[in-house]
This record gives sequence, C-alpha cells and structure tokens, in this order.
Amino acid sequence: MKELMLGNKALARGLYEGGCCVASSYPGTPSTEVTEEISLFRDIYSEWAPNEKVAMEVAFGAALAGKRSMCAMKHVGMNVAADPMYTASYTGVNAGMVIVVADDAGMHSSQNEQDSRHHAIASKLPMLEPGDSAEALAFARIAYDLSEEYDTPVIIKTCTRVAHSQSVVEKGERVEKERKPYEKNPQKFLMTPANAIRRHPVVEERTRKLITLGNECSYKGVELNRVEKSASDVGIICDSTCYQYVKEVFGDKVNVLKIGLVNPLPTTLILDFADSVKSLWIVEELDPVIENHCKALGLKVHGKDVLPLEWEYSQNLLREKIVPLLEGIDRDGMEVPCSDKLEETIPVRPPVMCAGCPHRGLFYTLSKQKVRVMGDIGCYTLGGAAPLFAMDNNLCMGASVSMLHGFNKVGQEESEGSTVAVIGDSTFIHSGMTSLADIAYNLSNSTVIILDNSITGMTGHQQNPATGLDIHGDPCGKIDLESLVRAMGIQRVRAVDPYDLAQCDAAVKEELAAKEPSVIISRRPCALLKTVDRKPVVHKKPLVNDPDKCVGCKSCMKVGCPAISMKDKKAVIDRTQCIGCGICQQMCKFDALVTAEELKRRKEG
Amino acid sequence: METKNIMIVGVGGQGSLLASKLLGHLLLTQGYDVKVSEVHGMSQRGGSVVTYVRFGDRVYSPIIDTGEADFIVSFEQLEAARYLPFLKKGGRIVTNTQKIDPMPVITGAASYPEDLIGKMEEKGALVDAMDCLTLAEQAGSVKAVNIVLMGRLSKYFDIAEEDWKKAIEECVPEKFRELNLKAFSLGRND
Repeated sequence: MKELMLGNKALARGLYEGGCCVASSYPGTPSTEVTEEISLFRDIYSEWAPNEKVAMEVAFGAALAGKRSMCAMKHVGMNVAADPMYTASYTGVNAGMVIVVADDAGMHSSQNEQDSRHHAIASKLPMLEPGDSAEALAFARIAYDLSEEYDTPVIIKTCTRVAHSQSVVEKGERVEKERKPYEKNPQKFLMTPANAIRRHPVVEERTRKLITLGNECSYKGVELNRVEKSASDVGIICDSTCYQYVKEVFGDKVNVLKIGLVNPLPTTLILDFADSVKSLWIVEELDPVIENHCKALGLKVHGKDVLPLEWEYSQNLLREKIVPLLEGIDRDGMEVPCSDKLEETIPVRPPVMCAGCPHRGLFYTLSKQKVRVMGDIGCYTLGGAAPLFAMDNNLCMGASVSMLHGFNKVGQEESEGSTVAVIGDSTFIHSGMTSLADIAYNLSNSTVIILDNSITGMTGHQQNPATGLDIHGDPCGKIDLESLVRAMGIQRVRAVDPYDLAQCDAAVKEELAAKEPSVIISRRPCALLKTVDRKPVVHKKPLVNDPDKCVGCKSCMKVGCPAISMKDKKAVIDRTQCIGCGICQQMCKFDALVTAEELKRRKEG
Repeated sequence: METKNIMIVGVGGQGSLLASKLLGHLLLTQGYDVKVSEVHGMSQRGGSVVTYVRFGDRVYSPIIDTGEADFIVSFEQLEAARYLPFLKKGGRIVTNTQKIDPMPVITGAASYPEDLIGKMEEKGALVDAMDCLTLAEQAGSVKAVNIVLMGRLSKYFDIAEEDWKKAIEECVPEKFRELNLKAFSLGRND
C-alpha cells in the first residue's frame, strides 16, 4: 500500500526491513527522527548515546558482535564521530553497519553547512545519497547487504529536503538475519601499525570494486546510479534533491545522470555519459565534489562557474542560472515565474526563546550584569538574540567550557571576574564534561553555567543521560550533575532556579568573584515539557496586565518574552503563549502584572 | 494534471505540521502524487515557518519557489505578506486575521505594517481573511486554528466534504476528533 512518509521515517523503515538490530545515535537536526522512528520497532535495540562518537562505536561493536547496526547524526556530528569512522573503514565489519548523516544546506538549524561527501572521500567509505523517501527506503534496505558484501560500513547521506520531506513509499517485509559468529581476528580488527599497514591496500581494492559497482548502476535490484536519455544533446549530472530540481525544470528535455552512489563515483559511467552529449552540466549543492571528479577525468563541464557554493538550490535557481545558457533545447515553460511583493518592509521574525523558557531569567541576569558569555549549541543560543544579546560566541558542542578556560588564561583576573560559559545539560554530557575536566585539572578560575532544562530541547525533546529516562521514556541510569562536577574536584557547585531573578543575580555575582573554579546549575524543565521523571510539569496560569497600574514603562519588555507586547502604551500579554513563569512580574515596579483572579479581585475590591 | 502548490505559513508553534499532515494524507487518498516539505529545529522556536505541499500526476521538487504557489494558507497576517512573492499570479491567500508581533516589533525596532490584507489585494492577490482564533475557541481550543484554516481552504477544492472529514479522523488522536471536526465545519461554513 502506498503511503506518504517522511524521509527520516523511510530511512528507519528501510533499515528495519534490512534487518537492523542495534541503533545508537545522538539527536541532531535534521537527522533526529531516523532514530526516533527506529526506536518504535521494539525488535531493534535502540538508545540515545551521549554523543556521536560513542554512538558510532556502539554501532561498530554491535556489528563486530554479529548483528546489523546503525547510528545517525547531523553533518557536524560526523566530525565528532570521525575518529572511529576512519579506522572502521580499515577494519571493515562483521555484520553490516550503516551510518546515516544528514546535511543542512541552507543552515535551517545548524552552525555551518559543511558537505559530508568529503568525509566519505577522506574515510574511503561508500556513500549512498537518496533523493526522496522512496529512494531512502530502498537504499537503506540494501545497505546492509552492501556493507557485508564489500566488508565496509556504509554511509547514507541525506539533506534537510530529503530528511524532512514526505513523499510516497511502499513498505516491504523485514529480513531476519541470524547472528554472524564472532571470531577473534587481530589482523583485521586490531589496528596496530603492523596490522593497519596491511589493511590499507584492502581499502583501496574495495574502492576499485565499488567503482565497478557504480558503473554497473544497480545492486540487488535497486538502481544506485541511473541514466535517463533524451533527444537533446545537453547532459546534466546531479545527486540528491538536485535531481528533483533538474526534473522539475527540464522534465525529459535533457539527458540526466543521477548519482545515488556518490562515493566512489562511477568513472566509466560518467565518461560514457559525457561522450553522449555536447554540453555537460553538474548540478550539486555546496561543494563541487562531482564536478572536481569530472575535471580530474579531463572533462569540460559547467557547474560552479554559474551555480553558487552556498545554500540550498531550487527550481528557480536553475531557471535563472542555467536555462538562458542552454542551446538547442525548447525553453518554453522554463522561465522564472513572475511574482509580486509589497513595497513596504516586512519586519523579520527570527526564532526566539519561547514564552516561559527557563533560560530567559538566567540570560537576563547575564545581560544585566554585562557579563561576557562563551556560548554553546542548543535552544539557549537564542540568548544571543535581541533584546538580551547575552552571548558573545559559539563554536561547536562543548566548546563554551574550553573556550572560557583559554580566554581566561589570556584575560586573567579581569576576564575571570566577568566571563562565563553557558552550556545545556545534554550538550554538557555530549562534550562539555571533558572541557570541565580541563578546568578542574588545570585549576582554572572559571565559572561555568550548566543550563539544565531536563531534556535535549532544540532537537525536539530527546532524553539524555542526565534525565533518568531512556529513548522509550522508561526509567534508566541518571547522571547527577552536582556529584559529577564535585568528583572532578570542583568544590563550588550550586543550583539556582532561573525563574528567580534575585537568586540568579546573587549566584552569578558570587561565583564570578570567587577565586576558584565554580559551576552554577540553572535548573528548570523546558517550558514545552509536559512531564519530567514521568511527573506532570505544572505550569501556572497566564498573567494579565492591570491597565490601572501599568504606566507603560516597558520594564517587562526587557526580558524579551514573545508573549508581551505594547498596545496603546500598555503592556499586553498574549494568553495563548503565557505560561505564568512570573519573570515579567519581577521586572514590574508597579505590580501591574498579575493573575486573572487577582485582577478580578482588584476590580471587585 | 499539472502540479498544484499550497504553502502553509505561520509562526513556529502554531500547528502547521498537523495541517500539512492532513493535506498530504487527504491528497494521497485522492490518488495524487504528493510531496510535503517541513522544517524542524531552530526555526520552530517562534520564528517564521513554512511548509510546502505539492500534488499532481508526478511531483519532483519538494519545495515551492517564488511565483509558484496556487494557495498560501497563513496562520498570521504578517506571514501571509512575507510570503506574497511565492504566490502565483491570480493565486489565493487564505489567512487568519490574527497578528502576532515579531521580536523587532516587540523591542520597538520595527512597527507592524497597517492594512496588510488591503495591500495584498491591491497587488492582485485573492485574499480570504477570517478570525480563526475566535472560531477555534468556539470549537473548544485555541490550538484548533490549523483545522479552522483547513476548513476554509476546503471550499476551494473539488474534494467531497466527507473525504476531508475522514482525513481529519485519520490524522488526529481520537480524543481531539470531535473538537477538530467542529473547527473544520466552523472554518468551512463561517
């Protein structure tokens, strides 16, 4: 039966059908739902790991033990996991192993738009690149056979428009595989130099075989690479969603070579295709990976000479950049459609911290005290936005803590008393712990603030080792942050409630003044959480403004809550957003922000 | 059939994902090829969000580009105006009249433009505007704005009302079914 399926869910379905038995991942947009969907198949052991490197090693260990495994991550997560991945390429696998990586061209939810295809080339691992949900399912289903036959982990790469698009798929049956026996084999798996030196030629030979596979186009009945012929003499080589944009604009009027096995690239297939056309175009997002390969083969091609290296592509981009340069084809219907816009400027609507966000009180405190803030990756990065501007920088998961240490080594006393690092609970477990070890070990007079909102927030509420629940929401081990910090040798540890501005203010002042390493844990569940530790989160009722008391001073607006706006010189609270956190109340000197009951009492009294 | 394009725009957290799920499911049952594109993550935190729904005999691109949308369904006035360049000539905007101030307006760095509906009509857009928030509250929850909008949109489609209702029943949890069916009827018949 046909159904509409999200790309990430289709990947999960394909891996399930392919016989996946173990899944370990760290969430990261746009890859998160692959593992969430896999966790719904209870015949697969699935878990959230503390970070991508751990996840990849868990998946590798499971494959080594003889069961098909997977791990999924976003593009920057692959940097974290790169260390085991590059050597797993040398060892190969026992049972099949699949690595899913999701790029984010356009940076919808990322700090850069690196092109993961480079990781496949550098690690010499095969990379499959589906262009929609049906291909995602089909590629995932055969990936384990490919992995075992060629003795290699297999990477499946998506992007936001594949991962988060729904298109039509047809489900199949699951393949049940017996556990492969594990046999000790140091020559293959113990990568001492003496053994590794013999594995490298094996990797190169594997790549040659995979090039042959790419030239043959299909594997187990699934078309990896595909040539679509037309009567014209224009040829376009493309991958992933770029194929969709090419077909949208050109339909059947050009020859297309769609690449699904993007590493290694199919040399003979490309040369034959180039031979069959007069002008050759490469349409690929981000870096000129296919283009450079073609150029190395001595081909004359167009690509990044007219198309951008940045951001996502679209059908209009091709209409604008390629269509006018094409000769010998009927361009009817290929023009950029006309459109209208209003003359006046439409104010931007950037993402903001939610109404009731527990990070707001803490960031207001940092903003008020004009503290320098080394930032990190998560919802709380929004603390750097207007009107709080309470973040100086960010880099990658965990970097806030280590950057602070480096910064303080240069700035010394001045900086030690006026600079903090902020890092979320999940990010701290991911990569902040080792950075804090550096602070503890090297006796750094630094103040680190852990923003513990009891969940991995930005990616849509995944559990982590500090929440006490597993991927299914069932009780499991729970890391106690205070004990962990103390065990590292940091004595000054205190928790604050970020809804209490006075408490935050005192804590930040005192810990910055202290002449030793310190950690503040700002603890409040995410405002969007319905339960914590399986107990319901009780929000207060929305507040209202008492117009008789409000003088329109805008003090409440300083905290940047999206639920408060000014109408007719009075503050107005949006009842659909407010959860009654009370931070604005603490800002108001005129007692104008109250509960609806209180306002009623005042009016009656 | 040539591919038709519906854009759903709004403010992160307003419930556009349910609207696109409903549309995708409905259009598939009508025998079309369908693609739906969403964006998750950072932009869901109160930012401007957009979802693309495309259907026809064979749909390739998962996204809708400027000048291509047959319909823009908007949860909020400013968002309708923001995405006006995506509307096809002669296309229709179905919008909630609700206004939600973006952060630059809240902080006083910008002001919320006046009479956006009139200005969009001056540009030739067919605009169907209604107070969906009030209708959603009538149905039983402010969260039902998405289904009120779907009710309104349904008037412009040659798809039986029963099929829309069946799709709602199949897409929402049982305990919210009645509420959403009421929201749909209010949007369609208001």
